[in-house]
Amino acid sequence: MSANQEMAVRYKNNFLKEVEQQVEMGEWVKMCMQCGVCSGSCPTNFHPGWEHPPQEIFMMIRAGKREEVLSSPSMWMCTSCYNCIVRCPRKLPITHIMHGLAEYAYELGLAPKVQPTKNLSKLFWENATKTGRINELTFSLGMYFKDAEGKINIGQGIKKGLEMQKVALGLLKAKRLNLFEIFGGHKCKDQKGIHAMLAKAYALESKRKGRHVG
Amino acid sequence: MAEEKKFAAYICKGCGLGDRLDVDALAGVAQKEGKMQVVRQHDFLCNADGVAMIKNDIANEGVTHIMIAACSRRAKTEAFFFPNNAVARTNLREGVIWIRPDTEEARETTQDMAEDYVRMGCAEVKAMTAPAGNANTGSNRTLLVVGGGLTGMTAALEASKTGYPVVLVEKSGQLGGWAAKLWKRIPAHEPFKAPADTGIADMAAQIAADPNIKVYLNSTIAKTDGAPGRFVVQIATESGAVSTEDIGSIIQATGFDLYDANRLPHLGYGKSPNVVDQAGLEALAKAANGGPILRPSDGKPVTSVAFVQCAGQRDTSGEHLPYCSGYCCNASIKQAMYFKDSNPAIDTTVIYTDLRTPGNGEDFYRSAQEKGVIFTKGKVGSVAPGGNNCVVNFHDLILDDQNAQIEADLVVLATGQVPNSGINIDMSAEEKAEEAAAEAAAAEATASGAQPLQFSKKVSVLNLTYRQGADIPQFKWGFTDSHFICFPYETRRTGIYTAGPVRRPMDMVQAREDATGAALKAIQALENAQLGRAAHPRSGDLSFPKVRLEGCTQCKRCTVECPFGAIDEDERRFPLFNESRCRRCGTCMGACPVRVISFENYSVDTVGSQIKAVDIPDEFSEKPRILILACENDAYPALDMAAMKRNEYSAFVRVIPVRCLGSVNTIWITDALNAGYDGVMLMGCKHGEDYQCHFVKGSELGRYRLSKVGDTLKNMNLETERVKDLEVAITDIDNLPRIINEYAQQIVDMGMSPFKGF
Repeated sequence: MSANQEMAVRYKNNFLKEVEQQVEMGEWVKMCMQCGVCSGSCPTNFHPGWEHPPQEIFMMIRAGKREEVLSSPSMWMCTSCYNCIVRCPRKLPITHIMHGLAEYAYELGLAPKVQPTKNLSKLFWENATKTGRINELTFSLGMYFKDAEGKINIGQGIKKGLEMQKVALGLLKAKRLNLFEIFGGHKCKDQKGIHAMLAKAYALESKRKGRHVG
Repeated sequence: MAEEKKFAAYICKGCGLGDRLDVDALAGVAQKEGKMQVVRQHDFLCNADGVAMIKNDIANEGVTHIMIAACSRRAKTEAFFFPNNAVARTNLREGVIWIRPDTEEARETTQDMAEDYVRMGCAEVKAMTAPAGNANTGSNRTLLVVGGGLTGMTAALEASKTGYPVVLVEKSGQLGGWAAKLWKRIPAHEPFKAPADTGIADMAAQIAADPNIKVYLNSTIAKTDGAPGRFVVQIATESGAVSTEDIGSIIQATGFDLYDANRLPHLGYGKSPNVVDQAGLEALAKAANGGPILRPSDGKPVTSVAFVQCAGQRDTSGEHLPYCSGYCCNASIKQAMYFKDSNPAIDTTVIYTDLRTPGNGEDFYRSAQEKGVIFTKGKVGSVAPGGNNCVVNFHDLILDDQNAQIEADLVVLATGQVPNSGINIDMSAEEKAEEAAAEAAAAEATASGAQPLQFSKKVSVLNLTYRQGADIPQFKWGFTDSHFICFPYETRRTGIYTAGPVRRPMDMVQAREDATGAALKAIQALENAQLGRAAHPRSGDLSFPKVRLEGCTQCKRCTVECPFGAIDEDERRFPLFNESRCRRCGTCMGACPVRVISFENYSVDTVGSQIKAVDIPDEFSEKPRILILACENDAYPALDMAAMKRNEYSAFVRVIPVRCLGSVNTIWITDALNAGYDGVMLMGCKHGEDYQCHFVKGSELGRYRLSKVGDTLKNMNLETERVKDLEVAITDIDNLPRIINEYAQQIVDMGMSPFKGF
């Protein structure tokens, strides 16, 4: 049984309860009073990717629209500007809930296939957790050589690289970019410790949320 | 006894009057033209020395009539308080120097203005007598409270604590009304998080223990006769016996009924026992007594419940209540907590279009969300009753889902309040016919054995013996009329106050506040009545309408128009004034076609003689004269305040305050036009649905009467623009001077009246 099916069975029709227990800050969703200030404050409001503004997402959660919410690209559009948190009269941590929902959707394999934010986050996470430090060179190269679905695309990578040539030379000149980073670059002293720490955190989190480790 | 009259004029030179005006000339006018026997000037008339001078003249010189030419009659009322004398105030400060520029060119017209005001003041005081007070008073100090619900009990207890005896009449067999039927109430105190005890049992016990409160249960009011301070009320008791009580003033707290849910079959009411109204749920909660609430269909514990807000309320189709009752959102939140507090696993959904939680309801709402009550913004279309559960079909307004559904064991309809205000005395003939037809249809249906139709004939609550009708006039949707802006408990029957949901829909917190306020107003009313004084807005006024019956033509206009139902009819069909019911607005005086009604200090003559006293310059002087009749409650203070801001306006106007636009007799306008005034401005309060008239109907009646002035103007061959009706609010401080100036310019452009010099 997939993680998604398992959760769907566990919470039956109670998606709100599922969100409250599984999603970061999900326990706040019930407090929304549908004023719409968050939607009105969102700078990405008119972007076509924003299928459902936060207020609507909250209502959908209460209405039990599980698949629609978790497969929605909406929460992936959040730029973390925190405008909604600042303005919410009910003090809902909307930005965090959006990220929490995105994370949960990804965990269950329901996140949209073509989602630049998802790809970037994934690449960033993998890059940063490998050595405990972000490697700017391999990270940006990784971005160039991956297409919208996250697959390697050599032609696109070379094209993007050439486009960014001037910027890269400028960075080199200002000593903001080190070409030798391609060989692994600078790392944390205790890489093993970092990996163990992250694995432990993941295990604890999974246990707390009653998810399968693995 | 013909009393010797002695007239005195006092002219103040303070506040810059002495610098801006030729006071010696004014004194000359008062003496020669005004025929004042004593004329004095003073540098500072309102100070102790100035007032002592006037008092000395009253005591030693035999002065009876006083004309004070100083500031507005609204200023220095305590200094210039001579209750045993006729006093006229002429307004040289706010009326003249503060609204005129201090320039050499303006000097002449400003002086003209001041001299005219002195003439007017002298003319007015000569037409006045000192008000002696109403002699037809009563000294009953008992309050009658009609209705023993939360509002009535609060009013009774508050009045009793203040030291006044109370008679409390309740039509049912126990005190408490709707509140007694509640399991818990919406919290009224911090932290507003959970339903609270109603406190009704405690209040009922307090009333039972209070020797000051006499309770009649199972009783109604058979007859209410008299006036404030001397009401005689007959109370019909259960046994059929009638008790008579002497009453000073009355509080009507007859509350509400829930809107009849039988009219909402589309919401499943009557089709499934699992669809209840809010009262139905309270009954279930009371029966459960803290345990799980049971489903009526099979007696099993409820596992899911849906609340339908605005059921039969805020309806735009005209079929149901058009208004919001204001308390039902909080009530549904409270009822949802009945479930969540006993078992958090019960699904509770409130379906609302706009959640309105007045008072501290926002905290209560938040608490319900914390407890897991789901709030869904949607419009319920129908409730489909099943065997043991129902399906609520609604339009989800956030997700714009037309076919949203919720299944629930129990559906609660929030139906709202319908006032128990007795009969509508202003019902039109068609409405009466409609009611009679409905009654006949109901009787026929019942007689033929078919499904009995819902029809309840309205019965009178107070059974007043007033000529205008047995109950308090209603405003909208059956709620009793209430001056919602300024005097919320006030009705159009002096000494009778309404409080609680009979006045407007409200919750228990508001009803308690209302009851307390109404109790204090009722006490004021009976105290004032005992002293022969008016209740507000002319609180303390000792004058009252006097009528020369020998001139009366029995046209009945005064008895019909009186906004307060003060005038009955005697056995010879003459108007019978009940002075204690009168608010002194003068509407009767304005209405009287033969001008036989007057007050001692305000009459057709006091205003008429002022109009005639103004010096009208000839046609070629380029000095038009515009008469302003300004309502003393709003327009006149607005003019005063404009003066305080030094907003300038034309020197051609002469302002006379009137008690209400309703008191304006058309003879004043005809007289003014005949005397050669070039224009007349009438300034009164807004009327109609959002009326601001302090006498409720006064400005409306006045305007209706004055709408006929156009014919007079045509007969006189004058332009209709020569009379201008203005709706003025007290806030028109900056507008009013501008409007006056524009009108003055319009008059100049139009040319002078041809009626000068006759």
